[in-house]
Amino acid sequence: MTGQVLERETFGHLFAELNKMGFTLIGPTVRDKTIVYDELHSVDELPIGWTDEQDGGSYRLRRRDDEALFGYVVGSQSWKKYLFPPRSVLFEIGKVGDALTFSEPERSSQPRAFIGVRACELAAIKIQDQVFLGSGHVDRTYQHNREEIFTVAVNCAVAGGTCFCVSMETGPECNAGYDLVVTEVIDEGIHEFVIEAGSDAGQKVLAALPGRPAVDEDQAHVAAIVADTAAHMGRTLNTSSVREVLYAGRESTHWDDVAEVCLACTNCTLVCPTCFCSTTEDVASLDGSTATRSRRWDSCFSLEFSALHGSPVRSSTKARYRQWMTHKLAGWQDQFGSSGCVGCGRCITWCPVGIDITKTTAAIRADSEVLG
Amino acid sequence: MTTEATPISVRSAEEMLPQPFRVTEIRRETPDTMTLALEPTSGPGIEYAPGQFTMVYVFGVGEVPISIAGGQEGKLMHTVRAVGAVTRAICALGPGDIVGIRGPYGTSWPITEADGRDLVIAAGGIGLAPLRSTVQYALNHRDRFGYVSLIYGTRSPGELLYEDELREWRSRFEIEVEVTVDRAADGWYGDVGLVTNLLPRIFYDPEKTTAMVCGPEIMMKVVARELGSRRVGFDDVYVSLERNMKCAIGFCGHCQYGPDFVCKDGPVVPYSQVRNRMRVAEV
Ligand SMILES: Cc1cc2nc3c(=O)[nH]c(=O)nc-3n(C[C@H](O)[C@H](O)[C@H](O)COP(=O)(O)OP(=O)(O)OC[C@H]3O[C@@H](n4cnc5c(N)ncnc54)[C@H](O)[C@@H]3O)c2cc1C
Ligand code: SF4
Ligand code: FES
Repeated sequence: MTGQVLERETFGHLFAELNKMGFTLIGPTVRDKTIVYDELHSVDELPIGWTDEQDGGSYRLRRRDDEALFGYVVGSQSWKKYLFPPRSVLFEIGKVGDALTFSEPERSSQPRAFIGVRACELAAIKIQDQVFLGSGHVDRTYQHNREEIFTVAVNCAVAGGTCFCVSMETGPECNAGYDLVVTEVIDEGIHEFVIEAGSDAGQKVLAALPGRPAVDEDQAHVAAIVADTAAHMGRTLNTSSVREVLYAGRESTHWDDVAEVCLACTNCTLVCPTCFCSTTEDVASLDGSTATRSRRWDSCFSLEFSALHGSPVRSSTKARYRQWMTHKLAGWQDQFGSSGCVGCGRCITWCPVGIDITKTTAAIRADSEVLG
Repeated sequence: MTTEATPISVRSAEEMLPQPFRVTEIRRETPDTMTLALEPTSGPGIEYAPGQFTMVYVFGVGEVPISIAGGQEGKLMHTVRAVGAVTRAICALGPGDIVGIRGPYGTSWPITEADGRDLVIAAGGIGLAPLRSTVQYALNHRDRFGYVSLIYGTRSPGELLYEDELREWRSRFEIEVEVTVDRAADGWYGDVGLVTNLLPRIFYDPEKTTAMVCGPEIMMKVVARELGSRRVGFDDVYVSLERNMKCAIGFCGHCQYGPDFVCKDGPVVPYSQVRNRMRVAEV
């Protein structure tokens, strides 16, 4: 193990080092009684001593009985807001006389360090890389936003009430896709951070930190922590043949049960770290000399999403919920070679009525087993 | 740093950016439908395969998917029905006006793969637009095919597209052209009824027929089913799907139909691929 161990007192050096390298730091912080991602200027701005209680339709911050820096899981926001922002310009159009010119928006360099990226979020970023960079076409906005990211991942030491990364095989241990990975160890008077590198850039930062080299005992600590988190998942989802189960269950009556409570509010798609749908907007300047075409997040739960010849293809809530869940767990496998769900639990927590993808899947599975 | 999927593309900028095209001619087809001839203001324009589509952008209004009805050497022909903001703006263009066009996108009709086979080309309404260039291809390479027929239906005689061309195609006696309307009008002496009524009249050997069908979903379903009952395999019946589209390159998600992105896995697909899905409402 080539890791380093930093004491709580020296952990700030990591931030300082990244700052020195020109990165803007972005990470979790407490705002409006939730944990959000925002620019960080010091370690003190992390949600120190906080944890979160999550369940279907409920999220609450609670004080821990220690001063842990990373003792919570994920909030409603994900790194998607930085890589695939809620709004972005596609192209700009200039008009002189009848002539039109089309140009890409200006994009400036923006080196950023993401602090505290969880295993499920690394998986989500990998999935959006596949969508926007790896499927034949390259999305210029995403590509640009993705380019200068330094990733500091964190191994989860607690599991959230709606987490099921173990079922989705995405966590809680970070295995790839990071520059550095941090495990916070709090035990009988010790409070330290085991940090390992996952890239050359990470190795360089690690070498500049004032820690002690990690030893076998530290490695054992890390293993014990992730094993304990894995053993305490809030939810489970049986993924066996889930694609076939959902395709076969298109006409299950259980979709009607969900539709009875679903508000089609679009929350689940907005908080989902892999949902990538968007719609477009055109705005012309008042003098008519320029126009901008932009895109913004859209949701398959909105009625206009599938508009065709005056009426939506999916006009019922049932059809829209089915589209979302079937896409996430089944269609995604056909489209991108992986599940679209990483088990972060956000859609369960942030659903106002607590609809639970793990329970719906189980119900459809039960139905399709009955139907054969 | 750890960008795992390697961003590889030399085409990416061009793919998102439209090229300026000038309207060289605009002709009224029906009360709400216009056909436009377009040429690139500079540069090579767009080479396409029959069945593909482009995204047409109107300054400050928006961008819509439109099938390529024809065109050569980088020039394009589009037939557009005014149904909303963008299509109305397109139909209101005049010669000399500039639009932005990107593409071509999507899959194409299997016209070269159909060498040596009989062709059944079935169109409903504006569905003739994406099939027009397959008819022309068949006429230009007539000796490559066995029987070739076009069956075409619209709601009323006033909604028939390309009437001069239909007459010309028919007068060449090289392909069978059958036209029907749902409702007749004064002066209409042709057939009245559904497109499927024309199927018994045309010649094709089910064992070696390729069918290409474009029209409203219900029409495509009925034609495919009818052909199937005449022992044409569902792998040999191709349909052109239509869904809401915002990007045409697999990013916006709007065009999803089950596991397919209609913009890149379609619009042209073998009926066998979508038959099960088409039986379920609201997929
Ligand atoms: C692959 C493909 C090829 C097409 N080829 C042609 C063509 O050759 N000629 C032609 O006239 N039209 C074609 N269309 C349909 C055309 O794209 C729509 O009519 C257009 O997008 C409507 O946009 P709008 O701004 O004019 O109307 P809007 O104001 O956006 O909507 C007007 C009405 O059209 C519906 N609508 C929205 N998007 C679509 C859509 N993609 N398809 C159908 N209806 C829609 C809305 O529900 C609404 O009722 C094609 C569509 C696809 C997907
Ligand atoms: S799903 Fe797993 S990786 Fe994600 S926050 Fe929960 S425990 Fe951590
Ligand atoms: S049109 Fe955007 S994904 Fe197909």
